[in-house]
Parts: sequence; C-alpha cells; structure tokens
Amino acid sequence: MEIIEAVGMKDEIKTARIDALGMHYRELNEKVRKAIRDGYRRIMLDHVNGQRYIGDGLSEDAEIVINGVPGNDLGAFMDGPSIYVNDNAQDAVGNTMNSGKIVVRGHAGDVIGYGMRGGKIFIAGDVGYRVGIHMKSYGEQVPAIVIGGHAGDFFGEYLAGGIMVLLGLGRSASPVGDYLGTGMHGGTIYVRGKLDDSQIGREVRIYPIDEEDEKILGRLLEEFEEETETNLSNVDALEFFKLKPFSHRPYGDLYVY
Amino acid sequence: MPGNFVPSEFIVNVDHQRCRRCKRCILNCGFGVFDFQNMTTADSSKCVACHRCVVFCPEEAITITKNPLAFKEHASWDVRLRKAIWKQAQTPGMILTGMGNELPWLGIFDHLLIDACQVTNPSIDPLREPMELRTYLGRKPESLKVEGENGDYALEDPVSNNIKIEVPIIFSGMSYGSISLNAHRALAIAAERLGTLMNTGEGGLHRELYPYKDHIIVQCASGRFGVHSEYLNAGVAVEIKIGQGAKPGIGGHLPGEKIGREVSGTRMIPVGTDALSPAPHHDIYSIEDLRQLIYALKEATGYKPVSVKIATVHNVAAIASGIARAGADIIYLDGFRGGTGASPAIVRDHVGIPIEIAVAVVDEQLRKEGIRNLVSIIAAGGIRQAADVVKAIALGADAVAIGTAALIALGCRLCQKCYTGNCSWGIATQRPELTGRLDPDWGAERLVNLVNSWATEIKEVLGALGVNAIESLRGNRERLRALGLDQTTMDILDVKPAGR
Amino acid sequence: MLIGKFKKWRVEENRVPSACGLSGFINTSKKLIGGEVILDSMSVMKERGNGLGAGFAGYGIYPEYSDFYAFHIMFEDESGKRTFEDIFCEKMEVACGEEIPTRSNPNITDPPLLWRYFAFPRANVLSEAGLDADDFVVRLVMKINTDVPGTFVFSSGKNMGVFKAVGFPEDVGDFFRIDEYKAYTWIGHARFPTNTPGWWGGAHPFNILDWSVVHNGEISSYGINKRYLEMFGYECTLLTDTEVMAYLFDLLIRRHHLPLEVACKVVAAPFWKDIDHSDPEKQEFYRSLRMTYSSALVNGPFAVIVGFSQGMFGLNDRIKLRPLCAAAHGDVVYIASEEAAIRQICPRPEKVWAPKAGEPVIARLKGGA
Repeated sequence: MEIIEAVGMKDEIKTARIDALGMHYRELNEKVRKAIRDGYRRIMLDHVNGQRYIGDGLSEDAEIVINGVPGNDLGAFMDGPSIYVNDNAQDAVGNTMNSGKIVVRGHAGDVIGYGMRGGKIFIAGDVGYRVGIHMKSYGEQVPAIVIGGHAGDFFGEYLAGGIMVLLGLGRSASPVGDYLGTGMHGGTIYVRGKLDDSQIGREVRIYPIDEEDEKILGRLLEEFEEETETNLSNVDALEFFKLKPFSHRPYGDLYVY
Repeated sequence: MPGNFVPSEFIVNVDHQRCRRCKRCILNCGFGVFDFQNMTTADSSKCVACHRCVVFCPEEAITITKNPLAFKEHASWDVRLRKAIWKQAQTPGMILTGMGNELPWLGIFDHLLIDACQVTNPSIDPLREPMELRTYLGRKPESLKVEGENGDYALEDPVSNNIKIEVPIIFSGMSYGSISLNAHRALAIAAERLGTLMNTGEGGLHRELYPYKDHIIVQCASGRFGVHSEYLNAGVAVEIKIGQGAKPGIGGHLPGEKIGREVSGTRMIPVGTDALSPAPHHDIYSIEDLRQLIYALKEATGYKPVSVKIATVHNVAAIASGIARAGADIIYLDGFRGGTGASPAIVRDHVGIPIEIAVAVVDEQLRKEGIRNLVSIIAAGGIRQAADVVKAIALGADAVAIGTAALIALGCRLCQKCYTGNCSWGIATQRPELTGRLDPDWGAERLVNLVNSWATEIKEVLGALGVNAIESLRGNRERLRALGLDQTTMDILDVKPAGR
Repeated sequence: MLIGKFKKWRVEENRVPSACGLSGFINTSKKLIGGEVILDSMSVMKERGNGLGAGFAGYGIYPEYSDFYAFHIMFEDESGKRTFEDIFCEKMEVACGEEIPTRSNPNITDPPLLWRYFAFPRANVLSEAGLDADDFVVRLVMKINTDVPGTFVFSSGKNMGVFKAVGFPEDVGDFFRIDEYKAYTWIGHARFPTNTPGWWGGAHPFNILDWSVVHNGEISSYGINKRYLEMFGYECTLLTDTEVMAYLFDLLIRRHHLPLEVACKVVAAPFWKDIDHSDPEKQEFYRSLRMTYSSALVNGPFAVIVGFSQGMFGLNDRIKLRPLCAAAHGDVVYIASEEAAIRQICPRPEKVWAPKAGEPVIARLKGGA
C-alpha cells in the first residue's frame, strides 16, 4: 500500500495521505478503509478526479479530506465519518446517509442527501436539482442540509423530516427553482431570499420565524460558517421564509374505494 | 294472445314486511311499475331495471331480479333473438333501442396493455412532479416561421383558432330532447368548471345555456334543428354531424313522446311529432359539398373552428383524409359502440367499426399523407374508463369524448329505454315530474368528480410511462402491447404483441 | 420494415434503451486538437458505460476534402458494399473511397467493413431530383439505411466523421486511431445498453449531415417522435432512440429554419404553467410552438451533446433527470455528464456551471469561422 505520507500526528490526529492520481475507485476506497483499520483518523486524498463511492458505508469516527472533484455517491450510506471536499462535488452526495458530516467548499450536483436519515451536509456553493428528497427524521436523529448558494427545482421533494436551509448568497434572483417542497409531509425548509407562491409545492405553507427557529438556524449557520469558511455576517434569521407542510397526510383523499 | 306472450325480462319483488307504504316507489318509477291496492303492487312487465325504486326505497324493500324463467339453451338462438321475433311478429317494425352496442363483439381496448418504466427509464411521480394534460384542438401549421435574431424572436404567424381544454376528455353531443334540459345544464356547468367542452347534440341550444359559450360546441346536424346564426355563434366551435357511431348512415331520432313545448320551441317543430333527422345532410352528397358547408359555417361564424363528426365505417381513413382536406379543424370519430337515445337495434348492433381501429387507421393515413397537423382527432364510442382514454390517445387521438359514461355518472343504469322518455333518473326524458329530479348542480359536481378522477388516473399512468406531457403519449403506439389479438388486427393497429 | 437488413446480427427489431456517459468540447477559434484529449476525458467516466458501445465525432478532421460530404459507412459484407457502391456512384461524384484506417485491438472483435467516401451529388442528379445537395444527401442516407442490406451510414457531414463500435471508449478510440486526427470539436460517448450486444450501428454518436448527437437517457416519446419524423421522409432504422434527436434537429433547424434556441424549446418545451406566467407575447410564441410541434417534444430523461459544423450545444430534459455539467476556459467550451470528465482535460477552468433543465448551453465558432 503506497501511502505517500504517514504524516504522523497532525493536531494529535494520526494522519495519512493517499495520491489518487489515475487510481480506480475500488483501489482508492480499499486504501481508505485499510488506513482506517490501521488506526489513521485523518486521511487526505490528493488528485481525486471522478472516483466514486468515497466514504460509502463507513461508520468509523474518521475524517477524509478530498483535494479534487470526487465522483458520484460521495458518502453514500455513511454512518459517522466527516468528509471535507476542497473543490466541487458531483451527484448523489450523502445518499441515504445515517450520520456524519460532509462539507463541500464548492458546488455540488443533483440528488444531494436523498433519503438522508441523520448527519449534516454543508455545501458552500450551489446545488442542482432534487436536493433533499425524502429526508427522514426520528426522535433525536434529525438530518440537516445547508446550502450557501442557490438550488434547482424539486428542493425538498417529498420531505418527511429533517432541516433544509438555503442561503442564496450573492444572488438577487430567487435562490430556488420550482416545485419547492412538493409532496412535503414532515420536516422544515428555510429559504433566504425572494420566493414566489408559484414556486411552492401545494402541500407547503409559509410560516413566520419564531424563537425556536432562530435558535436552530443560529446553531446550524454557525457551524456552516466555520466549516465552509463562508462569511455569514450579513445573514439575519429574520430574512428567512419557513416552509412546513400543512398536513401530514397530503394524499389522504387520493383514493376511492 | 295473452299479454305475457313475451315474458318480462325482470321480476320486481316487494318485501311487504319491510315496506312502510311510503309510496316513494310509485312516485319515483318513470315506467308505471308500481301501484297501491291495499299494499304496494308491481307490474313486472313494465320494469326496465333502472333501480330508481331500489335506491329511493327507505327500507330497501325492493329487489329486482332477472326473470328466472328457463329457456332451453341454444348457442345460436340467444333469448334476445327469440324475443325480438315475437315482438316483430306481433307489431311490424324495427326493434328500437337506446344507448350503445350491447353485443359481445371483441373489445379491443380490453386486449391492449400499457407499458411502464423500469430501470432503463425512470417513471415520473405524478403526485409531486408536473404532469401536463392540456390539449389544444384545432388546425395547426406544419412549421412556424421565426423572425428576429440574437434571442429576440417573434413568430410571423402565431397559431390561432385552437380550443384549449385542460383535460383530453370532452362531453359527447347529446341532444336537448334526447336528454333533459337539466342534464344539459349539468354538462355545461361541469364543462366550464373542468375547462373542457360539452356539445349541444343535434337538438339546438337552450337560451339559458348561452352564457357557457366558451365551453360549448354547437352541432349542425342533418335536421338542422335550432340552427340559426345566433346559435352558431353561441359556441366555441361548430360541429357538422354527418353520423354517429350508434347509427351510422341514418339520422337522429327523437320520438314524439319526448317532444314537449320546450323541445318544440328549441327545435322549431310541432309538439308531439317524431323528429327523424334526414339520413344525409341534403346539401352534402359528396366531399366537395362538405367543403362547401364547412366554409359556409366558417363565413357565418367569423371562422370559428369546424368539427366534423362521423361514424366510423369501413373506409374511415380515406373519408377522414377527405374531411381534413375539405377544411375541417377537428374530426370526431364515433365508434360502433357509441350511445344514442334511440336507434334501430340492427344498426346500433351491427353497423360500423371499433373506435380503436378507426383511430389507428385515421391517424396513420393522415400521417402518411403528411396532413396530420390539419386536424385534431376526437375518439368516442365506448370510452368507459381512464384506461380507455390512455389507449385511445396512444393509438393517435388528441382527446376522447364521453357520453354514456357521463350519463352513468348522473345515475343512468343503462336500461336502454331512453326512447320511451320515461327515464326515472330525469336524464333521458322531458316529463317535468321526472326532469325535476335531476339537480344540475348535483349533476355537475358528479361529472366534475368523474372527469377529475379519470384525469388523476391518467396522470398516474403517464408517470408510470415516464412521460410528463400528454403529447408524448399521443400516437405513441410503441407504449402499447396487444394480448390475444390476431396478427392482422395488430398490424392494422401497428401495436406489437406483448413480449416483443 | 427492416426485414433482410440484419443478416449478421440477430437483433430483435426493437429499440435498445441505454444509459451512458457523454463528453464534448469545442475550440471556438477553430484550433485543432488531437483526439487523445477526448479519450482522456472519457476515461474518467468508465462507470457510465459497460463496454457495449462507444463512439466519437470529430469536426475539422478532413481539411483536404472540406467541400465534400464525408460518408462513413459500415458494411456487413462485400455484397452489401457492392450494392451500395452501385447506387452511390451513380448518384454521387466520388473524389475518394477508402477503408477507414484502423488499428488491431484485442477487445474490438468482429468488425464490419468500414469505409469512407468523399463525394458530392452529381449536378444532373440534383437538378433532376429538384433538391439542394443537403436534402439530397439526407434522402440518399435514408435510402441506403432502409434498402441496402447490412449497410448503414455512420455519418454524412462535410469535414467531419463519426467513429463508433462495440467496445469501451479507449478500445474504440484505439481501433479507429482517434489519436491521429485533429478536430476543433470532439464529442464522445460511452454506452451502457441493456439489450443484445454486437450491434455497431446502435452506438452513438448518431448523425445526419453535420448533426452528431450523443445522448444519455431514454426517449419515452420515441414512438411518436419516430412517426412524426417519418412524415418528413426520415426513416429510423438504427434501433436506438437517439436517432430521432439527430433527425429532429435537422428538421427543425435546417429545414424549418428555426433558430437553435427555439428548436431546443421545441424539444424541451417549457411547461404550460411557466408559459401561462410569462408576458402575452411570449405566451403566444411558446403556445404556438408547442401546439405546432407537439410530436417533436422529447419526453423522458435526456442529456444530449450535439456537434454541428458551426458549433456545439448541450441540452437537458425539462426536469433535468440526467446530469450535465459545462465549463469554459479561454476559447474552449466543455460539456460532459460529470465535472470530473472536464477537469481531467482542463484542471482549472475559468468557469464551471450546471446547465438548467431545458436550457441549452450553446458554443459557436467565433466570427462564423
């Protein structure tokens, strides 16, 4: 196994470095898993470009730092680790993630956090379509997605639980597309910026921000600011729209017997 | 000969233990079955199994059964045929009947299966993602000329003269006369609410319904009943009715029993006379005559779209091509299962061809000639459920029309006795004591419910097909497969067998 | 029907759905770039294909024959080739006809005969047919594809060519010696078909004249798009739904003269809800467009990259069910299924963005070069 640098203890964390240039994802992910088994708790990956499934199914308390553009399904089914991406990411980040943290200091693609059940995803830049589809929550396990830029259509489609925050930084037009929260029946979406009724799914209503919301937003945004190194000094909790479903059973009258 | 030479079809049983003698059955039955002589009595020979009495009896004391009288079985001589001969031997004449073809001809819709997406193509979620059913009926150009440059574009000649419907389902023409004014009202109100269209049928349009003009197609049939220039302008399109699926080749028929004062006024014929429309339009003996009438109507209405309704017969493809070239904007194809208020049974049951085949061959013929864009095709005649709508559109129709289904929504039991004018449900009658029962708002709500239910079902299937706009299903035979159809029929429909 | 077209491949006459990886780039200053670059870009997206098809189109590769239509033809056998040449040489003035140079590759097996012809319609044939050269070539291509057994036209544009086969992109690229060509536009495709292998004609790009299309997705409206195109003389013979895309763009843009952006709004039409909310002029414009061209709406998930002589564009379906990423750096515009494919050949682009659903990314040669 060619770990280029067993960097020793960096900030008291046993760190390793892997050069992923031209490496197939299978080999790369195997190396990552081996490094974790060998006790490394921070793994830096260099020259990543398009390798898929990084961090998939991992449950250890480890940190993976990616320099480059990871391929699809980053952190899918992940349950514990933290992943930091110092570039853009592609599609399906955090797919069905159970716990852990994924921070992307660039843009991300479509279908982020699909079926997410816990943990946090922070994207500093923009995201594509179908972000946060059918996220779920139960008790203490509440997933959260915070997006710094704008998002496309179907944001929070069929949301069943969890928290989604869309900051729309650096954008004067609406930060979100159409069909926002379509099919929503649980969870909460916070959107900062212009929002028109025509963009909102018919299962959703806008509610005013209350103290509880301010607390939730405050905590999340503080962490987001730190992790993504984004300046949120101009962001005010009161600028947000809060969207919630007006029914937990929006399709109750769909069928006739 | 004894009065029961032809045995009753149904037997009416009153449970006298339960009967509380409220006499509602007497009041409700339009056919005079019930009477009261110390107790409720029933003359089964008059019963048509319309269930009005059953529904309105507060004690559920009435049951209607098929007369269990045994007939010696005969595979070729169905009892129906024996009875027909008894009737005709008794009184010479054509057997008259109502509604659509009742014989067990092969049902092609029931042998077509719809595709769905699995793996290689995602299905779309109609509950949460957009699903478009909007359809425009009318003539469209083959191409568009775009002027301008650098993103600033305009059309030299935008498409106009099309009718927008929000669902690809319209109501068929059913004449005021064959059905009651309240039924017409219900259809008009429902059409407006749904963003679709109703059709006057050949009996003219009651003045009261003029406000619904944006949702009405006015029909000009061979009898020219109620056709005057104000009428022609009281709709969003004019339909020339050449024929209908229930009786190809013959004209409309409204028995004198159903021609009271109001109908007489709307149709402008004497009270009590039989309104037998001429078989042909006497100014259309050939295709160029049709063109003449089409343009006469266009000139008279400021060039509203003109629809031509035909029964589907053997060379329907060639006829349709002629109609398109004659200037029609819409072709309404009425299949052999189309309904009616009155038709000779021989014509209703034995003349015409199925709508599935007609749509397929007309759509294909028009495409082959490069003129499919000249007309929208409406498919009618036995559209019973949303699945039929999907299949008709996949075969090539732009939209479907429902008549029987609409009446069933209003309470019709398909007793096929419309021509008597005794419809207990207040639908196919002009007797005031009967028509008063059909509340137009109640009726409209039921029609709206029905069409909305079907629209939801259609969206569900479109989603399964991975399609989110109805135009991607239109003419897309590739999404249908046949099960149990012979090769020739499959070739004509251009539908592959399941498995290929 | 296509009876007798397929002797060698026992292929069911059914459409083959497929999933895929796309990449394309254009140097808008018409600077020529070696084919190894598209291969490099595709190498990052191996997961998107399953080795059952790959292909490339290059524009600007035949400068010495730039005024001739360059036909890339696949023959199942010699007899098909003879039949083809009889028809072809009668109608066309052939400047040169030769085998497409290939390199032996162990993973490319059982290749058909692959030839290229640089030709132009004979003047007398054109005047007799009463068509311009482009229309004539389209008609000829349809005729060859339908009537000549085992013979299919891979491409028919000027100064461009389509190279495709059954195999992985790197093997197909190696086989066709893509690295020896230089083009100002390259588009590439890796295929993941879910039907019988071995059908070279089913690989992408699909081409007619200078329109080449690589496509990721499945066209659920194929049945009606095909029947609509048949009304205008296009025959869909290549058993892959992508074929309709190439013909639709030829019909809408070349024959109906719709501007490219408007043609994209036909194929990925805006929703009625959005049309209803726009200003009255736009409403009338888009309503007319949708009414007239309803059978040209392409439904189902798709991302396409289309090359043509004056540029390249990418387009998504209207609810973006397939990925597509774009980038720009200097004179070069990139479009690909995954950002990694772009970053492989352009590590630090000036601009990277995700195209919106139904909105084309269009790159044109500078100054109508």
